[in-house]
Amino acid sequence: MTATRPPASITAASPRRRRRGRRTGLPVALVLPAVLGLAFLVVPLLGLVIAAPWDTLFARITSPTVLTALQLSLTTASLATVVCLVLGIPLAWLLARSDLPGSSFLRALVTVPLVLPPVVGGVALLLVLGRNGLIGQYLEAWFGFSLPFTTAGVVVAEAFVAMPFLVIAVDGALRGADRRFEDAAATLGASRWLIFRRVTLPMVAPGIAAGAVLCWARALGEFGATITFAGNFPGETQTMPLAVYLALETDPEAAIVLSLVLLAVSILVLASMRDKWISPNAA
Amino acid sequence: MSLHAQIAVERSSRFTLELDLVAERGETVALLGPNGAGKSTGLRVLAGLLALSKGRIELDGLVLDDAAAGTFVPAERRPVGMVFQDYLLFPHLSVLENVAFGLRARGMDRHDARRRAGKWLERVGIGQYARTKPGRLSGGQAQRVALARALVTDPRLLLLDEPLSALDATTRLEVRSELRHHLVDFPGTTVLVTHDPLDAMVLADRLLVIEDGQVVQQGTPTEIAHAPRTDYVAQLVGVNLYRGTSRGTAVELACGGTLTTSTARDGDVFVAVAPTAVTLHRDQPHGSARNTWPVQVRGLEGRGTTTRVQLTGRPDVLVDVTPAAVADLDLTPGSSVWASLKATEIRSYPA
Repeated sequence: MTATRPPASITAASPRRRRRGRRTGLPVALVLPAVLGLAFLVVPLLGLVIAAPWDTLFARITSPTVLTALQLSLTTASLATVVCLVLGIPLAWLLARSDLPGSSFLRALVTVPLVLPPVVGGVALLLVLGRNGLIGQYLEAWFGFSLPFTTAGVVVAEAFVAMPFLVIAVDGALRGADRRFEDAAATLGASRWLIFRRVTLPMVAPGIAAGAVLCWARALGEFGATITFAGNFPGETQTMPLAVYLALETDPEAAIVLSLVLLAVSILVLASMRDKWISPNAA
Repeated sequence: MSLHAQIAVERSSRFTLELDLVAERGETVALLGPNGAGKSTGLRVLAGLLALSKGRIELDGLVLDDAAAGTFVPAERRPVGMVFQDYLLFPHLSVLENVAFGLRARGMDRHDARRRAGKWLERVGIGQYARTKPGRLSGGQAQRVALARALVTDPRLLLLDEPLSALDATTRLEVRSELRHHLVDFPGTTVLVTHDPLDAMVLADRLLVIEDGQVVQQGTPTEIAHAPRTDYVAQLVGVNLYRGTSRGTAVELACGGTLTTSTARDGDVFVAVAPTAVTLHRDQPHGSARNTWPVQVRGLEGRGTTTRVQLTGRPDVLVDVTPAAVADLDLTPGSSVWASLKATEIRSYPA
């Protein structure tokens, strides 16, 4: 606090440094929390990278435990994404295109799993699809088929949590698409199904792709619903996030390595979205 | 065989389109009107993209829409081709696939559809762009693709929604004359929507002028150009239009002033005066012209080789003069001059 130094605000406002017609002075009240926020998001990830046992990294990544969990995670997340695409695109179309009176209520319903704690989702799935559940008892009785604590159960849990991401992305793309192209197709003699297949779908493809990537990433990171509904059996239902949690108690270094792998996958996903789908004029 | 349409569409409590449209095969009818007049709504109804609130549409004996009987043939089952305002070519399909789309949708196999589409592309003169994506085409090329796409299925009714409005002036001239050729060759009925009087005059056999959802005037381009009946039409065809009461050859104008014509009439009349028929003078003229009156310059607007002068007086009048006359008469806003007009240059017709 020296008297000779001018206050910072005067320096910032001096005419020489000011760009034409624009304020450049950044208020400290905003900058400080902004920097703190950035650090809060980045520092833990940096910590992960710094704490990683780099010398034994390769050996650990290629260990059977990690590879099994990774393979299971990738398979179930991809299957869950396929389920979400098959069910979610028609659902999004219904929300965006039909003039149902309750479509805004339906839209709200679809977003519930988005804000619901995943554990609650897992409990709900157990109640409905569990051995004694509303639907599960009939699956068991009629087909001898039970979902909980199986790999299929993992897919169901992941799809339940991840589908809203896809539906919201595709719904948005559909509502943003120029419906006059569909009119044009109709005047050319195309039925609604053909219009959907040959005009609507290709035109919202970037939205579907973005939604699918978000959906897949969410499925890959799923923890709460999975452990509640499908349990934690290595090779069968123990996905990467579950393996990380378990390893943290027994072998912290392994947890770090698993986390690094998930971080790398996330960054890869983000990068691929930037290149292909976020730019507006994607080919 | 032909198109018979009594169209009534309620878009809101304040706006209703009411339009009776009869057109023969081979005929081109233009719906001409300002933006928001309801022209495009009329086309959407004919295409089957919108249902009638009241009325009936019959094409070659086939009922497409009958509000009272509950009949409605949806767009995909109407024998209709449509060219949209900004063409709406499918951006993810090649030019050839765009044109083949309608044939494929109607069940033609891929090979035949492509061959037929290719022929149409040749016919509209853009065969070399078959494999191009529409995004890479110029406006004029896109317009041709849109036309080929609409005509390839041999529709009985062709609908054109502002087919030239997206083009620049030079391209427009060229595409307009091409389009005219295709319309002459087209055996079915064409309904064209435009707000450009020149497009309507060149392309259409008959014009329906629509304002606020109502037909205010209809006739051949010549009839409309010679005897406009609303200010909008008068503005479109570029004449001064007055309403008045005629006794013999003297017409008392509703806006003030009197004009003497060469044809005697009695009762309410319209009086049309071409802007080139009026001459301007520095002092009161004493020639043969029957009508002279003092006017004041309100504004000047250059239009290529002529200048349009807006004048206030009894009556107000638009006059086209040469730039030399502007200089000679020292025409600037506010300056006072005399207007003169021969009785034989005035057209009057019953209101």
